[in-house]
Amino acid sequence: MAALSTASRVLAKKVLSAKALPAVSQSSRKLHFSVYGKNNSKVSDGISTQYPVVDHEFDAVVVGAGGAGLRAAFGLSEAGFNTACVTKLFPTRSHTVAAQGGINAALGNMEGDDWRWHFYDTVKGSDWLGDQDAIHYMTEQAPHAVVELENFGMPFSRTEDGKIYQRAFGGQSLKFGKGGQAHRCCCVADRTGHSLLHTLYGRSLRYDTSYFVEYFALDLLMEDGECKGVIALCMEDGSIHRFRSKNTVIATGGYGRTYFSCTSAHTSTGDGNAMVTRAGLPCQDLEFVQFHPTGIYGAGCLITEGCRGEGGILINSEGERFMERYAPNAKDLASRDVVSRSITIEIREGRGCGPEKDHAYLQLHHLPPQQLATRLPGISETAMIFAGVDVTKEPIPVLPTVHYNMGGIPTNYRGQVITHTPEEGDKVVPGLFACGEAACASVHGANRLGANSLLDLVVFGRACAHTIADICTPGEKLSPLKTNAGEESVANLDKLRFADGNMRTSEIRVNMQKTMQNHAAVFRTGKVLKEGCDKMDAVYQTLDDIKTFDRGIVWNTDLVETLELQNLMLNAVQTINSAEQRQESRGAHSREDFKDRMDELDYAKPLAGQVRKPFEEHWRKHTLSTVDPKTGKVTLKYRPVIDNSLDAEDCAAIPPAIRSY
Amino acid sequence: LSPRSHASMEQCSAIANAMVASAFFATAAALAPEPRIKHFQIYHWDPDTTGDKPRICGPIVLDALINIKNEMDPTLTFRHSCICGTCAMNINGGNTLASLNKLDINTSKPIKSYPLPHMYVKDLVPAMNNFYAQYKSIEPFLNKRDESQEGKEQYHQTVEEYIFCACCSTSCPSYWWNGDQYLGPAVLMQAYCWLIESRDEFTEDRPSKDPFSLPLLPGGSEVLEYIEKVSNTMWQQTE
Repeated sequence: MAALSTASRVLAKKVLSAKALPAVSQSSRKLHFSVYGKNNSKVSDGISTQYPVVDHEFDAVVVGAGGAGLRAAFGLSEAGFNTACVTKLFPTRSHTVAAQGGINAALGNMEGDDWRWHFYDTVKGSDWLGDQDAIHYMTEQAPHAVVELENFGMPFSRTEDGKIYQRAFGGQSLKFGKGGQAHRCCCVADRTGHSLLHTLYGRSLRYDTSYFVEYFALDLLMEDGECKGVIALCMEDGSIHRFRSKNTVIATGGYGRTYFSCTSAHTSTGDGNAMVTRAGLPCQDLEFVQFHPTGIYGAGCLITEGCRGEGGILINSEGERFMERYAPNAKDLASRDVVSRSITIEIREGRGCGPEKDHAYLQLHHLPPQQLATRLPGISETAMIFAGVDVTKEPIPVLPTVHYNMGGIPTNYRGQVITHTPEEGDKVVPGLFACGEAACASVHGANRLGANSLLDLVVFGRACAHTIADICTPGEKLSPLKTNAGEESVANLDKLRFADGNMRTSEIRVNMQKTMQNHAAVFRTGKVLKEGCDKMDAVYQTLDDIKTFDRGIVWNTDLVETLELQNLMLNAVQTINSAEQRQESRGAHSREDFKDRMDELDYAKPLAGQVRKPFEEHWRKHTLSTVDPKTGKVTLKYRPVIDNSLDAEDCAAIPPAIRSY
Repeated sequence: LSPRSHASMEQCSAIANAMVASAFFATAAALAPEPRIKHFQIYHWDPDTTGDKPRICGPIVLDALINIKNEMDPTLTFRHSCICGTCAMNINGGNTLASLNKLDINTSKPIKSYPLPHMYVKDLVPAMNNFYAQYKSIEPFLNKRDESQEGKEQYHQTVEEYIFCACCSTSCPSYWWNGDQYLGPAVLMQAYCWLIESRDEFTEDRPSKDPFSLPLLPGGSEVLEYIEKVSNTMWQQTE
């Protein structure tokens, strides 16, 4: 070990002494291929002489280049704004690429359809925690969004007569739930996300957006409650960059990696949520974590709901199609939280499959092999690689796995980030926007329907671009920024880079993941959650004792993973504390000690004569959580749900009702 | 070259022995004054060795790399995310994805892992900027006159699972030596796909339509034709 650290100190010294020069100058940038070049950049040492900072000015900055980020970025470029897209991953590596199932839209290609039925399904799917104005906006825009994607070049699967093929998907019905299963999920075989992201990336190359790829966004630059940009670390050469802008859009995705077993990418670390938290702003509804019913047992890889849409069924150890008992109408295509709970109950009651009786089976071999090959080729391959199963002969072993975060940065239906006080209600944070999984508009409420996320990305990515175009003009002068803005972020970076405690990053990370997995899973109880909160707090404190090994500044993934761990922790403490406080069961948040939904009225009984409960005494409200990053202490407040649609005449709002499938 | 041995050999006998020398920067933006070469060898370990710490390791090479980074050498640098093509590297002489390459459980053979040839940045991370720029140059987007309606045509004729892994281009010696002029197989294949895209309405204006605009293999203009033929044949076979 001694030899190791000496060598690494020698190497680090070499890199550091070379770094005494300004990190970047225009001339050295030109010596390698840099499509994502830096225009109008100046070097300043306003922060620290050890970390010279490059300043950029743009009309708009988008953080994240997945489905939502790309759509926002090129939407802004198309509207004439000088736009930067800052992303820690090359765009086609974003987690959108892994989405399989499809994108919902009431095109009516398979049977008569109406976007108001899709609206109803989404409101019901959210267990009446979704904001109906945002849901109205999304479902009405859906057909237009899909046609737009098709015109961008997305190769949707087709029916015999050349129309876009739409498959059945969970929670989708006709005639406000009374007309049977709807087929409105437009798809590209079972690789819709891959196709969508590649199409968006190709399209984005038409515009002159400046991409800053493999730049890790550290923090927002906030001044007087206004967002003035973002500070980021360039992974390639370790330089620090401040992107000053009047408009910042956060599209950084979810935080599945707080859990030990998840379908998410290694890079799903909730960076945007954490940046907002450190800026003192709240996150919303983080306790609502979606467990996808069918992740491959052991590996955690996703098997799309589209399998069940094409006719696949879930069976227990007795060979029974058990969903018929839990959801007599929708059966295997009930909403995801219902299916996840059903599988968990079956396992708990002893009817699990396999030698340990700890998972269920997803059976596809009763479907024609031709259909499997055309419509589900990707999962056929995934099942073979990760479970060793031939789907034409054997069932796939599956288990509910963490998949999506309904919660995130609270926004209005136009994509503007908001805060809330009881006196003034919702208030926009100037200069800050959010879209995609990182945001909480909230279209998904307490539970997201399958194939609504890809829709969410493109609709709200575009909405952010439109809103910015409405309230700003390109080329507007930027307000001044303090010369040392972002200093804290760089100090944190430096501290982590030379951290010399006792616990390595991977150790602390696994402690956090195991705590979350054991204490905040599909079914939650007060006692177990409380224990989890205490354990998470203890794990949070160990961040002070962290040890990193790579002292360099170039492509230092040890440092980046540690920054990501800081971000994950902030998400984890808010998630588990919010869950512990919420004493009801709603959507994906299931309490064994509080099994019912606690609304302002009891919707299981006739409403006449009932007295409306005051805001403090019911739970049909959004959670707003904030954290003191120094101590890890979480503070919770609440915000009312928006119950009216954008236009009552065009689309009547849906009053709450009992949710059954 | 100054190799440093991994001292965790004592703890786990045959376990991964990362030999890290230094990094070679392909780009001149690096401020390190001298070029440094990086080698990386992983030796697979035997999970049955007594006294060994229990390891959670899945069946693929990427799991091994992650395990090494977590528990032995956090300075090990490589790209990985999800099924996206970013973990491309050279494993035992062949370019492949670490996330799809099954670990060979024969403990007598080492697994040699190198970055994609001729594109080094640090450890197992290749510099992809040139590759992406070349992709951009062929205009990989659909051009239609009227974008207001749902298209009525058949889905487009292409390899739908394309992932920008660059494994093919970086296996090609011509790309190693003339990467700044030759587009390479990956980008040429994409150019071809956009040329035959039946929904594209401005095919004549595509840069790749002009045979003299595409930097082809120096000395071998038949390459594009050959790639077209290969793609055509493969496509016909899947019909």
